[in-house]
Amino acid sequence: MNTFLAALGPIYPEIIVALGAMALLMYGVFRPETEANAELTGWLAILVLAVAAATVALGPVSAASLFEGAFVSNAFTNFSKLLVLAGSAFALMLSFDYFRRLQSLKFEYPVLVLLASVGMMIMVSANDMISLYLGLELQSLALYVLAAIRRDNVRSSEAGLKYFVLGALSSGMLLYGASLIYGYTGSTNFSVIASVAKGKAAAEHIGLIIGLVFLLVGLAFKISAVPFHMWTPDVYEGAPTPVTALFAAAPKIAAMTLLVRTLHDAFPGLGPQWQQVITVLAIASMVLGAVSAIGQTNIKRLMAYSSIGHVGYALVGLAPNSPEGMQAVLVYLSIYLVMTIGVFACMVSMHRKEGPVEEIADLAGLSKTNLPLAFALFVLLFSLAGIPPLGGFFAKFYVFAAAIKGGLYPLAIIGVVASVIAAYYYLSIVKVMFFDDAKEKMMDVPRVPGMVAAGATVFVVFFAMFAGPVIAAAAAAAKVLKF
Amino acid sequence: MTIANSPLLSIVTFLPLLGAAFICILPKDADGNARYVALWTTLVTFIVSLLIWINFDITSGSFQFVEEQAWLGPIKYKMGVDGISMLFVILTTFLMPLCVLASWESVDDRVKEYMVAFLVLETMMIGVFCALDLILFYLFFEAGLIPMFLIIGIWGGKRRVYASFKFFLYTLLGSVLMLLAMMAMYWHAGTTDIVTLLDTKFPRDMQFWLWFAFFASFAVKMPMWPVHTWLPDAHVEAPTAGSVILAAILLKMGGYGFLRFSVPMFPLATQELATFVFALSVIAIIYTSLVALAQEDVKKLIAYSSVAHMGYVTMGIFTVTAQGLDGAIFQMLSHGIVSAALFLCVGVVYDRMHTREIAAYGGLVHRMPIYAFCFMVFTMANVGLPGTSGFVGEFLTLLGAFKVNTAVAALATTGVILSACYALWLYRRMIFGELDKPGLRGISDMSLREIAVMAPLVVLTILFGVYPAPVLDVTAMSVKKLVSNYEAAVRPTAALLAR
Repeated sequence: MNTFLAALGPIYPEIIVALGAMALLMYGVFRPETEANAELTGWLAILVLAVAAATVALGPVSAASLFEGAFVSNAFTNFSKLLVLAGSAFALMLSFDYFRRLQSLKFEYPVLVLLASVGMMIMVSANDMISLYLGLELQSLALYVLAAIRRDNVRSSEAGLKYFVLGALSSGMLLYGASLIYGYTGSTNFSVIASVAKGKAAAEHIGLIIGLVFLLVGLAFKISAVPFHMWTPDVYEGAPTPVTALFAAAPKIAAMTLLVRTLHDAFPGLGPQWQQVITVLAIASMVLGAVSAIGQTNIKRLMAYSSIGHVGYALVGLAPNSPEGMQAVLVYLSIYLVMTIGVFACMVSMHRKEGPVEEIADLAGLSKTNLPLAFALFVLLFSLAGIPPLGGFFAKFYVFAAAIKGGLYPLAIIGVVASVIAAYYYLSIVKVMFFDDAKEKMMDVPRVPGMVAAGATVFVVFFAMFAGPVIAAAAAAAKVLKF
Repeated sequence: MTIANSPLLSIVTFLPLLGAAFICILPKDADGNARYVALWTTLVTFIVSLLIWINFDITSGSFQFVEEQAWLGPIKYKMGVDGISMLFVILTTFLMPLCVLASWESVDDRVKEYMVAFLVLETMMIGVFCALDLILFYLFFEAGLIPMFLIIGIWGGKRRVYASFKFFLYTLLGSVLMLLAMMAMYWHAGTTDIVTLLDTKFPRDMQFWLWFAFFASFAVKMPMWPVHTWLPDAHVEAPTAGSVILAAILLKMGGYGFLRFSVPMFPLATQELATFVFALSVIAIIYTSLVALAQEDVKKLIAYSSVAHMGYVTMGIFTVTAQGLDGAIFQMLSHGIVSAALFLCVGVVYDRMHTREIAAYGGLVHRMPIYAFCFMVFTMANVGLPGTSGFVGEFLTLLGAFKVNTAVAALATTGVILSACYALWLYRRMIFGELDKPGLRGISDMSLREIAVMAPLVVLTILFGVYPAPVLDVTAMSVKKLVSNYEAAVRPTAALLAR
């Protein structure tokens, strides 16, 4: 028994979160349905995530493999898992005051976030088409429900349904791709696939290539890379803001890690083939993310296009298929996580008597009515735009440096030009907040989101000073991936 | 610890930031205090920067006061100044207290934020001139956009939003290409240390690409024709002190960039493309002078004249002769003083009349004799009259250009005449003539505060015009080194024979 438990060591974090989710579900069901209890469930869920994160951080760094190679754990997956857990925990923190103001604080919410987190962690560690799919679906199903958690709200329900239908379609494509790959290689395990699918024969095998492309389509949908991004703006706009915060951060990181690991671990032999696809996805995402955001009037829709653009930049790091690139992807995801959570922390804090503030025009003159909030949003938006010396600059710096090293000059040039276009819409929000005349005052910023926003702001402002450890940790994690 | 090895540059660079932080923690309605904190911070920064000048060894052409700290792996925190950059640091710290004084009364809305933005901007500007690491340089170079964007956008004129966006996006687009070039340089040379890169020989083909990428950034910043169109807008809409900083310091970053990167690091490309730069410079000198002639708005006129004067600078730099480079550096410093002063002069009457239209003024000499005198000194310096600082720079750049390309020198000289046309005409329309505008009858001459702002500028304009040696001595060794390295790179055999 003890040896069995010891052998499960690498998967302890997932087990902790899964057991935590079940325990909290029981707790929620058998306790009176009050707001206080719902919030307590939420904080307990954050505690569960923190314990899991501690287990990841303090656990063994050496690579381990479980369940006949279906599940792996190493420095790379640990790094991503920490990001995912942090993303889920912070998104949870943003939810309490928001839902309380809408009088829909429920205990199911944190439980679903925990279940989604388990899914995401399994995605990060998946080393087999089966575990990949299980993790992905567990995550997605929880997220579909979260999108529609405000049952009485039309837009929230619409978002959930839309997400579900399109998500199911993409899962279907992914499965189809996986089955083609299985047909060619005779295995669903990444390592076996890698050992079979290499050389000239594999590159010329049309079935395998088509399978890979279908797999990529399914994953591109999850990270909302163009042209598989259609669902993103609608879901982001319709879902309650804290849920959008979750969507924009943790699942993106998990799916991005999964994409990196699948392509690198299972298809190293087809590098030149998938690099082309990634390059195209990156360019399309960066350009469309930048151009389409310009016309938006709703902040959440704008953030949806912004996140599409940012996925494009992260893919720029993947495109050269190099150690520097993988490190850059991790650095990018870390900084992106903080910026996104920070921006959404500001957004959930913005509330007037009529309801949550979601239109950009409603932010007019925020710098005069609430300077700290306006300043936080100002810093985070400039950081998203990638202006030095803020954190967002370093994120972009490392991915473009990797692209230049890999000789992908057109990709890098298109990328930086897109980032200038994107700067325009970030600036437009700053303009509304700082240059325009003030509107009616908003309600006070709740304590928890306020602190999250302040923390994120401090992080991006001072990132330049303590960037060393983050970058070194990303480098150590990326070293796991052999080239 | 002696002064030479104390972290003097870091202190000068980050002192304003400290002042900004202090203003942030002041209570909400402490506008007056914010002004004094800003003034004292900038004054102390200026005094500390003078220590650099005093302890600067003018017999050496290498970097001094060098500081080096590990930072992000290969990217180091490295600061240092040579004869070229030192003067720009002094110019920045010298102008900042004047800017604060100039905004003393004219800015009364959100004073705290205004002063914070200015102090942050000062840190970034000094950092640009001190940075000895590519990425550190880029960080300061770009970060300066944020406070400037706010200064134009919040405290600017009617079309401030348009102007601030245009300024920001134009400059950003130029710089991102430079960033890519910096990455390529890093992967080629394995370091981002500017001192090492100055001795790195990049392959010929690569030099061209890198040259163009850097050119994109610096040409916009400078600004050179035809990418100068952001400047008139930004100048016109910015508050007075914003225009001063734009004209006096931010534009010089372009010229400094050419001197620090384009010419010494990519000599082969520079040699080939010098003619291209000459062509753009001559167009800038003649065309924008003509445009200036047609302006109805004082600030716009001065803005176009800035573009024309920057034409001499680019021309001088790309002659890569000792005279041309000396002239370009001198011209930048002189323009830094003169254009700053001209914008301050406009600010003086704008604060009283709230219009920048030339036609709204006339006969000011009758009511404002001191003002008329100051304005005259700066107008003459702008024209390049001998005895003012403007003359030395223009003369030296033309001398350098004459050595290299007679036609360019001849065409550029016509710009001197054109500048006399627009500047003197402007002076006549605003200062002389009858005082027949009813609104002007009650206008008062400059206050003590305004005189205190102008006086040092008048003194320097004339001093450097009569006795330019303090500037030229400081730059001499660095310029000599730059020219000899360049000669060695483009004419390797000739240089070997000469040895």
